[in-house]
Amino acid sequence: MNSTAFALIAILTLAAALAAATLQKLMHATLSFAVALVGVAAFFFLLGAEFVGLVLIFVYIGAVAVLIVFTILLTRREVGKDRGVNWGGAVLAIAVFGGLMWAVLKSQSVSIVAPHIRALTVKRIGETLMTGYVWPLQCVGLLLTSALIGALVLVMEEKR
Amino acid sequence: MTPTLQAFLIVSVALFSIGLLAVLSRRHAIFILIGIEMMLAAANLNFVAFWRFSPQSQSPTGVMIAIFSIAIAAAEAAVGLALIIAVYRHYHTTNVDHLDQLKG
Repeated sequence: MNSTAFALIAILTLAAALAAATLQKLMHATLSFAVALVGVAAFFFLLGAEFVGLVLIFVYIGAVAVLIVFTILLTRREVGKDRGVNWGGAVLAIAVFGGLMWAVLKSQSVSIVAPHIRALTVKRIGETLMTGYVWPLQCVGLLLTSALIGALVLVMEEKR
Repeated sequence: MTPTLQAFLIVSVALFSIGLLAVLSRRHAIFILIGIEMMLAAANLNFVAFWRFSPQSQSPTGVMIAIFSIAIAAAEAAVGLALIIAVYRHYHTTNVDHLDQLKG
């Protein structure tokens, strides 16, 4: 891990996230959101969890971002401008940021450097999934199936 | 000098707060969904960072939790967007300030 890469990715991620939260046009905000998620995936690569980074890119940019774009295009009548900011919410978010920052900076035990680790191969992840995590895996499969059916039922046209 | 756990936690805190800002300050339902997804991504970043910086055990628990959490976030996004489309069909708006029919 080197700190130049870390600083670059951090700036990219946070700038894109801030743009996603504040831009007026919905479409621009969604694309910034995709860029922010690429940044988070880059953090996962930096941390040595390459598989999770790839899953994040496939699932979020390949599926969720495209789904959001489709939803924007389907609900387009009041073309996606969002005027007026709720300042109470902004103040609350800044207060939460301050509180969490205070807690992180206050705890000395988290200022440690990474130990040397055995590489996390896909084989190891697969073995772990198929031994210790079989039940959670099945439950997630069931959840995804029911969510898919639920989403279909929700958007189905009613028969007249 | 390599980044410490603290640096990752600070980035994660910033990402979470930006997501909270999007959820609380925007009126458009899709922005709220984007904010929730950002907060979930920040939590995933924390899980993986704590896994990387902890003494290693046999099973990579933090990574497993991050994978399951990504799957659940995808399901949540699908249902949330379907809800937004259903609400739009009924009320012809996605501005959450106008969806006040249940208000007492």
